[in-house]
Amino acid sequence: MAEQYAIEMLNITKRFPGIIANDNITLQLKKGEIHALLGENGAGKSTLMSVLFGMYQAEEGIIKKDGKEVKIKDPNDANELGIGMVHQHFKLIECFSVLDNIILGVEPCKNGFLQKKEAREKVQALSNKYGLSVDPDAIIEDITVGMQQRTEILKMLYRDNEILIFDEPTAVLTPQEITELMKIMKNLAAEGKSILFISHKLAEIMEVADRCTVLRKGKYIGTVNTADTTMEQLSSMMVGRDVSFHVAKQEAKVGDTVLSVKNMSVASKTKGKQAVNNVSFDVKAGEIVCIAGIDGNGQTELVYGLSGLEPLSAGTINYKGKDITSTSIRERSVMGISHIPEDRHKHGLILDYPLEFNMILQNYFEPRFLKNGLFLNRPAIRKFSDRLIEENDVRSGQGSITITRAMSGGNQQKAIIAREIDKNPDLLIAVQPTRGVDIGAIETIHKQLVALRDAGKAVLLVSLELDEVMDVPDRILVMYEGEIVGELDPKKTTQEELGLYMAGAKRDGGNK
Amino acid sequence: MEKNKSFLRNEGVQALLSSILCIIIGLIIGYIVLLFINPQGASGAILAIIKNWANSSRSTLQLKNLGSTLVNTAPLLLCSLSVLFAYKVGLFNIGASGQYTAGIIVALYGALALHLPWIVCMVLSIIAGAIVGAISGALKAYQNVSEVISGIMLNWILLYAANMILSSVKEPSDIYTLKMAKNAPQAILPTLGLNSIFNNHQYVGIAIPIALIAAILVWIILDKTKLGYELKATGLNKNGAKYAGMKENQNIILTMAIAGGLAGLAASCLYLTGITEWSCATASVPGMGFNGIAAAFLGGLNPLGSILSSYFIQHISMGGSFVDLSIYPSQVADLISSIIIYLCGFVAFFKLMMNQFLDKKDAKGGK
Repeated sequence: MAEQYAIEMLNITKRFPGIIANDNITLQLKKGEIHALLGENGAGKSTLMSVLFGMYQAEEGIIKKDGKEVKIKDPNDANELGIGMVHQHFKLIECFSVLDNIILGVEPCKNGFLQKKEAREKVQALSNKYGLSVDPDAIIEDITVGMQQRTEILKMLYRDNEILIFDEPTAVLTPQEITELMKIMKNLAAEGKSILFISHKLAEIMEVADRCTVLRKGKYIGTVNTADTTMEQLSSMMVGRDVSFHVAKQEAKVGDTVLSVKNMSVASKTKGKQAVNNVSFDVKAGEIVCIAGIDGNGQTELVYGLSGLEPLSAGTINYKGKDITSTSIRERSVMGISHIPEDRHKHGLILDYPLEFNMILQNYFEPRFLKNGLFLNRPAIRKFSDRLIEENDVRSGQGSITITRAMSGGNQQKAIIAREIDKNPDLLIAVQPTRGVDIGAIETIHKQLVALRDAGKAVLLVSLELDEVMDVPDRILVMYEGEIVGELDPKKTTQEELGLYMAGAKRDGGNK
Repeated sequence: MEKNKSFLRNEGVQALLSSILCIIIGLIIGYIVLLFINPQGASGAILAIIKNWANSSRSTLQLKNLGSTLVNTAPLLLCSLSVLFAYKVGLFNIGASGQYTAGIIVALYGALALHLPWIVCMVLSIIAGAIVGAISGALKAYQNVSEVISGIMLNWILLYAANMILSSVKEPSDIYTLKMAKNAPQAILPTLGLNSIFNNHQYVGIAIPIALIAAILVWIILDKTKLGYELKATGLNKNGAKYAGMKENQNIILTMAIAGGLAGLAASCLYLTGITEWSCATASVPGMGFNGIAAAFLGGLNPLGSILSSYFIQHISMGGSFVDLSIYPSQVADLISSIIIYLCGFVAFFKLMMNQFLDKKDAKGGK
């Protein structure tokens, strides 16, 4: 008997001005399997999925569902075929509740009236069944990125989709949640649902996927059974060369204190309490300090307080011997603090500006980018932007004049990192700098952080990724419910111990 | 890299084509409406509207009518710049009419009651418009009140304020404010000799070059300066602007103040010529600010495009007065010009259609 394929994408080619995003790509998803799609940023994964989801039309190639050719013209067609997708950038309505977002477009109605009770029961049932805990009445803009993602997954489950596409779903989940999600995905597959799992986390792919298709620079490289392959083989298929997973670094040469935070508190925007509660710590020149913790334990607000985006409700911040508790964001930036923000779309970029304008976002007011102090010096801006693009391998359709919105997430992130590091900061606050970035680029970013540290700069890294937390920093501070519950030496601790602190099970101050 | 630059993909070309398309469709619909009312006179009437000043038989009269169109174009251009400036910073300045009315109050009161010279009246009207704009801006920045809501409310507040304040400088037996020429000659805008070009049209003067210079300044500020970079960044992403250390709330207020100042300037550019008086029984917000919205969009949201679109809209409006009133009711002129102005709002829609068409063509030709 011939193989049963739920979805087949055969010889798909899709071009954009200046780029062939998909070049003759074939992807066959068996019924009931978990199929990983692996590739670097800009390899064409997102484009391929957009073709499957009807957001783009392929110029060549066909799509088959259950062996029959189908035309998918828009997401509605995809929906009717039972294809659901959790996007990398969530498609949620910020001012709606979780429940309203889940039922959006498929609202249960009776005589024109919404039947929310019915919907709520179904959502609760799904939420309990798969352990996707959400508050159905919470407003999206008030909840954490992790919970927003769970809402997206529930949205797909609510629609009883048969073919489930997960676009890097684990990027923001905690280790425990990832394990949970892996279980869910396996359950779903066992129930006969077919799952396409887009990721560049090799360990996850090895654990959960049956087969893996690899793309590189828009081209099809191959499909392998995960049982017959290794992480090393997958990564060299993806990147085209061997990649080191370990961050090589010398012993830290710790210097003077650069950042000193004393009894800092930041009020929570959503709940009537302190998001950051009486936190004190130092970061010294020549070291990388990592704030670890599960998403939503006050890391975001801590960084808002440090960068000046939110005022402190108590405490002081001292930078290089000066009290900067109430100085403006601009002054802090000029004093040598760089900030790679957590949310690159909300803070890091003006998405509708061309790339070159985003490259100067932190220093557009400097004389080198101005003529007579008033007018933009376009040639100087172009030259600066071209240099950053060149040096940091930021890929885009049209270089400096590309509208930033049109770039892939990983390349947007590379642009931000290039901009912030080029400022040559004395203190770099890097919040999830490798979020949604591929392995090759992660390696580069980690090297950049270490290089800053070796140049005698202070680095404060905020990370949700256990591997990153264990590998990159010299010291780990674990945050739980707005407090620092432990300081750990990454050389002496284990992932298990770290997990206990992150989950609030241990809060005795750590092993240091 | 593959080059894919169709001439039609050029933004400027697209803006121009879609504006022209709007105008043509507007004229066709206007023509159809005329056909319904009275088929015999339709062609004549639509031609009269298009010809405007060219309707006159004598060239001296033609010049005079062209002059009148230009006098009315200057304030419209300034109002469209006001709308455009705010729009580029992500704000919808529907309050341009109110800011314009504030300018009228100050200009006329300053001229007729306080007997101030024209330059002072003009500066005061800019300040008055700027303050009204800044109120909307401050409400938006600090209380997140939509500038549309506060703008509309301020429009009405200023309308009645104008009726109340300006009744102290109106003709005793009439509802209109005093004649500028007789009562405040010191406040009449200088003609700079421009009047002689238009067959000694007494109202043609400095207002026209002022409006043109304002258009160029707005273009330079938005496109070429640090200030424009900051303001547009704030409009596109308030959080991003804050992250970059810009004073995002101040930028919103500043934007609305500049927009308001332009609308206030528009008022003195019309009323200080003496071509018209304020009726203290006015019951609706002046349309100048609203037409500014149409002119801004018809001009492809480009300050230089606004020059052409403002002239066109004024041309059509004035052309309405040449329609044969023995065949059509007197409202028909306003009706036709409003249809055309209304269609101007579809510029963005036509642009979208054009891009979709090009995408389809590219997708086919891509092989």
